[in-house]
Amino acid sequence: MTAAAPEPKANMGKPVPRYDAVAKVTGRATYGSDMPLDNPAYAFLVTSAIAKGRINSFDLEDAKRVRGVIDIVTHENAPKLKESKLFSNGGYAGTTIQPLKSADIAHDGEIIAVVIAESYEAAREAANRVKVNYSAVTPSASFDSQGTTKAAAKGQNAQFKEDPKVGDFAKAFDEAEVQLTASYETPTQHHNPMELFSTSCAWMGDTLVIYEPSQYVYGLKNGVAEQLGIDADKVRVVNPYVGGGFGSRGSMTPRTAIIAGIAKRLNRPIKLVPTRDQGFTIATYRAETRHEIKLGASRDGKLVALRHEGAEVSSRADPYCVGGTKTTTRLYACPNVDSLVSIVRADRNTPGFMRSPPEVPYLFALESAMDELAVKLNMDPVELRRINDTTNEPIGGKPYTSRSLMACFDEAAKAFGWAQRSAAPKSMSDGDWLIGYGCAATCYPTQMAPAAARVRLQRDGRTRVEIAGHEIGTGAYTILAQTAAERLGVPLEKVAVFIGDSDLPPGPVAGGSNSTASTCSAVMMVCDQVRQRLFKALMPNESLADKAKETVGMGQTPSTEAARSDRPLDLEKAFDALGAGVVEEYGEWKPEGAPLDSFKAMHSGHARLVGGAAMKDKIAYAFGAEFVEVRVNRFTHEIRAPRLVGAFAAGRIMNPRTARSQLMGGLIWGMSSALLEATEIDERTARYVNDNFADYLVPVNADVPGVEVILLSEQDDHINPAGAKGLGELANVGTNAAICNAIYHATGQRIRKLPVRLENIEV
Amino acid sequence: MRPFSYQRATDPDMAVQALSAAAAASKPLTQASAQPLAGGTTLIDLMKLDVMRPTAIIDINPLAQGWSAIEPGSENLRLGALAKMSDVAEHGEILRNYPVIVNSLKLAASAQLRNMATLGGNVMQRTRCSYFRDVSYENCNKRNPGSGCAAMDGVNRMHAVLGISDQCIATYPGDFAQALIALDATVEVTGRSGTRSMPFAELHKAPGNSPEIETTLQPGELISAFLIPGRWPRSVYLKARDRQSYEFALSSAAVALDVQDGTIRDARVALGGVATVPWRAREAEAQLKGQKFDDGLAQRAADAAFADARGRQHNGFKIALGKRVVMRALQQAVMMEI
Repeated sequence: MTAAAPEPKANMGKPVPRYDAVAKVTGRATYGSDMPLDNPAYAFLVTSAIAKGRINSFDLEDAKRVRGVIDIVTHENAPKLKESKLFSNGGYAGTTIQPLKSADIAHDGEIIAVVIAESYEAAREAANRVKVNYSAVTPSASFDSQGTTKAAAKGQNAQFKEDPKVGDFAKAFDEAEVQLTASYETPTQHHNPMELFSTSCAWMGDTLVIYEPSQYVYGLKNGVAEQLGIDADKVRVVNPYVGGGFGSRGSMTPRTAIIAGIAKRLNRPIKLVPTRDQGFTIATYRAETRHEIKLGASRDGKLVALRHEGAEVSSRADPYCVGGTKTTTRLYACPNVDSLVSIVRADRNTPGFMRSPPEVPYLFALESAMDELAVKLNMDPVELRRINDTTNEPIGGKPYTSRSLMACFDEAAKAFGWAQRSAAPKSMSDGDWLIGYGCAATCYPTQMAPAAARVRLQRDGRTRVEIAGHEIGTGAYTILAQTAAERLGVPLEKVAVFIGDSDLPPGPVAGGSNSTASTCSAVMMVCDQVRQRLFKALMPNESLADKAKETVGMGQTPSTEAARSDRPLDLEKAFDALGAGVVEEYGEWKPEGAPLDSFKAMHSGHARLVGGAAMKDKIAYAFGAEFVEVRVNRFTHEIRAPRLVGAFAAGRIMNPRTARSQLMGGLIWGMSSALLEATEIDERTARYVNDNFADYLVPVNADVPGVEVILLSEQDDHINPAGAKGLGELANVGTNAAICNAIYHATGQRIRKLPVRLENIEV
Repeated sequence: MRPFSYQRATDPDMAVQALSAAAAASKPLTQASAQPLAGGTTLIDLMKLDVMRPTAIIDINPLAQGWSAIEPGSENLRLGALAKMSDVAEHGEILRNYPVIVNSLKLAASAQLRNMATLGGNVMQRTRCSYFRDVSYENCNKRNPGSGCAAMDGVNRMHAVLGISDQCIATYPGDFAQALIALDATVEVTGRSGTRSMPFAELHKAPGNSPEIETTLQPGELISAFLIPGRWPRSVYLKARDRQSYEFALSSAAVALDVQDGTIRDARVALGGVATVPWRAREAEAQLKGQKFDDGLAQRAADAAFADARGRQHNGFKIALGKRVVMRALQQAVMMEI
């Protein structure tokens, strides 16, 4: 075993190499804009240079003269599209701001024209030559701008149902022996996946094929059909590989239906590849947030009162919010809890999911405050977490299905060398560098969604697994192949996996870290259906259900001894008995507690995630603990994080190699979020300024010399048949606070606003 | 990007002819219809962004044979303008005698860019001001003379505090130029009337009332070489930045000292990341010369370097930061074991 392929512990699958590794490193993996089209035309977007106002007129003369220009589409001649509601209100859209509908402009960088040409170069040149005459109105950029409105999230966002509270917070806080009140801020951030927000639309008669990086092919298929006013069966979305998503491709953006409409009108396939900076405004982002935390505790560190108030920015049009209080009010034992989430409306594009949407900003606040409380109590921050660890969440008293938080703290602390920390701030250094150690808890809800799969097994063991899941870089192909191979008892190399195509059985959105749990549970179920048919052929007189349970391990995770050792099925014999060469089964799986309309919603592209804090009689989260070493240069105040150590427990680990990779990426992202990533907004114009990779900083290798991931063994039989908790969004949650806590330790300075930059340090 | 013709210059005369023919008296050279292409790391970028719109590209890479030599002599170090940044930074003689040059090159850009970029192109690289690089902002005095400056009261964390005017606060982004200006380099320029030399310090022009004019180069002129007098083994390039690699300076200092028997005989200080042009801090040097080094002296030198600095909304921190960077660079240079 190597660092990249950790030795599996109990309840972990094999660290097999990625199914798509060779295709990816040899460039054979085809992404959306790689798909060959027959005689395509090329689109280039013109986006708004103002954030609010109207377009008075276009001057297109110069642009139209560029050789190869076919058409320039503006609000004056755009295809008419139907509206789609916001995903959280039962629609498919990530924004209800529909460009090209009128002369009005609602945010910076809104699509205001689409140039279609014979080549990408001609389209781009002509777009540069489009002149626009605007009437600009002074926009409201963010929290502190004039003209914003603020209102409680509850009541305006259908997915934000409740501000959790319990007991009497005010009284308990007043009477608490130790009190802490602190405010925190997180910045605007953009996903910046490597693959740009491209789309290619090709009509074949009345059928539309869309090649586009999407984290939800069924959502996109149904959403575009709705906007075009055609039957969803006439739309197919294909994306065998997605070059990163991070939430940015979870809901439909306006670009797709626009391009599809133009392709229909021109009767020609159209390929759109927007630029990096256009990606900042034609898709979503993580909005800036503000928090006030109040903690009351006894002298011995027991929390007696907790209040979390959060505010988030959204667009004028849409009440998007992440509302992380559902997690922060439940993480620790505390009898008196209060919370409130508000939305501030500004002249911005609508924000959306970004890796661990609620947990990243809200846990930054809580886990920073916990560190501040530990300092007030003169207590080791790890011990403060131990004192307030709980088996039941405090709001409804529901038990956690499993919770390895303190085991993670202990493992990570040991690996990190936490015991060597000298507790006083500014007490550790190395030459020019002050050294700080910090830690924080991390967690993410365990979520599941209905999923369907088709499995086809041949006499020679060759297997085909079909499910409209998504390979966004996480390892979906790999673990689906592993799951089928293990369940059917066939060699891994005989399994072929087909995902990323809306003609396949519907899978869930690749969001909320539900994919592994949902798709693997569905594939396991359908594999069992295949085995049942073969058993029935072999043993027609046996009681099928009992026999299958006994010998196939149905209802058990494949890791159990029974499922592993007791596999008497002889494929050749079974196929002979069946008198067939192929067995193919289709099945639909839904998680416990899924609403009645789940399967209907699944087919119509509506994500119905269940789990986390929303379950009836239990609560399911994955946990981890993160430790970081930061170094602050006493002269330049530069901040570096040479060591990141995280320990994580997330139920069954399907593949330690891909799991480690995701968690490592999460730790790096978390560090990046704490120290580097912020989208700068020009307050006067409400425009994003640093909309490129030279100015929107993400880490390079030199920034992350030491990242260690520890996978803990954990078994949870109360979540889903696969026994898996999603971990794609687990690791980047705690890092923000861990970094700030370490900076406090290094410098004695508490920084409550992200990202932390050298000018924020006063040594 | 707009269509352009591409021509390979087979000899300097051809390049000079083509470039000077395309220059128009009414326009700054950066807006001339023909532009020279060396490594292309700035030009291609700005063409894609529609900031630069040449109709002809004159590829001067074929001139490398004559213009890329690295020649350490007994009195001068001569560096051809088409030498690659990476080649210069790895040269044995330069590693021994010019640490400030080596580090100013190594701490610039990524390895891939350093392999492509040339010394001449590097010193000519243009500002990273976000408002300059985004043509959807109309007010940029550098792009559209007289249109105003969006950065002045915009997001200006990366902008300059020295050499600024009320027309422009765009930072000169390079690193290597700080080493050149500190070491009193001469730049050799080839133009219509042959080759001329001038102090490197006279190459760049502070924005003043005409931020669109960035250098004193005449139409058709190309940088062919740099000459660095003397040897400077006691020299340092210190760069403070947000990220550990591949990132522009928030503040940097090029320092070269000649210390004999504990007394500073000669001192050179140049600043990067804080000024509109490569910036020689002669006031700081004056504080240092003839003195015994201690931390108080370093502080006085640093204060002198930034005496005229003016911050705006987001970049005021660069003044305090810049002083600490100068002090630390001086300390490091003094502590060097030669």
